[in-house]
Amino acid sequence: MPETVRPCLQRNPAGIRPSNDMTAAPITAQQLPAEWRDFFALTKPRVMSLVIFTGLCGMLAAPGTIHPVIGFTAILCIAIGAGGAAALNMWWEADLDAGMKRTQSRPIPGGRMNRTDARDFGILLCCTSVGIMGVAVGWLAAIILAISIVYYAVLYTMWLKPRTPQNIVIGGGAGAFPPMIGWIAVTGDITLMPVLLFAIIFMWTPPHFWALALFVKTDYAKVGIPMLPVVAGEAATRKQMLVYSFLLLPLAAAPWFIGGTGAIYGISAIVLSSLFLGLTLPVTFRTSAEGDGMKPEKRLFAFSIIYLFALFGMLVADRLILA
Amino acid sequence: MAMTPEEETEYRARQKSRNLVLGLVLLGMAVLFYAITIART
Repeated sequence: MPETVRPCLQRNPAGIRPSNDMTAAPITAQQLPAEWRDFFALTKPRVMSLVIFTGLCGMLAAPGTIHPVIGFTAILCIAIGAGGAAALNMWWEADLDAGMKRTQSRPIPGGRMNRTDARDFGILLCCTSVGIMGVAVGWLAAIILAISIVYYAVLYTMWLKPRTPQNIVIGGGAGAFPPMIGWIAVTGDITLMPVLLFAIIFMWTPPHFWALALFVKTDYAKVGIPMLPVVAGEAATRKQMLVYSFLLLPLAAAPWFIGGTGAIYGISAIVLSSLFLGLTLPVTFRTSAEGDGMKPEKRLFAFSIIYLFALFGMLVADRLILA
Repeated sequence: MAMTPEEETEYRARQKSRNLVLGLVLLGMAVLFYAITIART
């Protein structure tokens, strides 16, 4: 464990939630009611855009047809469910958010909203999304949506994130559900293809998030979250990023190998994943110095977002062109 | 503690905007359920 972070981890051992003495605004009851914009901010709209995109791609790539209204409802439910889970995440992590520069202006640590309002709002969104999904689209899709919400809000946020440096690996599963749900909304059953789509995002998440964690590591260390770069050190993190990026290459191409997609997707997946691996290599074989701009890490993080959009975009393009 | 006139104005403005958004959400849900009913029949 690096010496620089050890004192912090001793003050905040894994599993113990930090107290409110970590700077930023104190979390207090509000006189004024929160604005609707604050409720919207609780849903993490930027994360939601990725969830909507991957869910829509899963739906459009699935064999079969779905009524546009039902399809719209399914995507809406995926988005509302993700928003509800995000609100529960912000409710639970309000103390941690207050201690990190990146998150201290969120509605609760920013002092614009009561914690209980955020919790109730999150529960309302989660229940509404699962209920509507079940009634309008199908109960299998609704059950998977409910599992994804519990996975993110309980398994990841409340249990594993503060306890294990492998939190991101497990948490990646939460973000991997949307294309699977989109696919199931169309087909009504679980086959190998939606499982592969799940696995691709699952495998993509660690190098994506650890690239971010490498250049914002001081924030995570400050609040005692055992992120891999904080606990195991940079070198171990960089090696693990390479392992996941390497495994992502055959996994991304697997839908083509099993005949689930055509060559448009297959070749795109190989090219994009090779680029991803190519950008991970310089991150793996370097060590950061004092005042390091962390350019390779930032470049990898930026490309990882483009990668996912492009990969799923190609999945849909392949399906539409072949159809 | 009583609110100052400025605070009360701000309170009313926030209340109004929240009510407006809530109304729009409820209207949207009514339209959605209507559309779902038509689509599933």
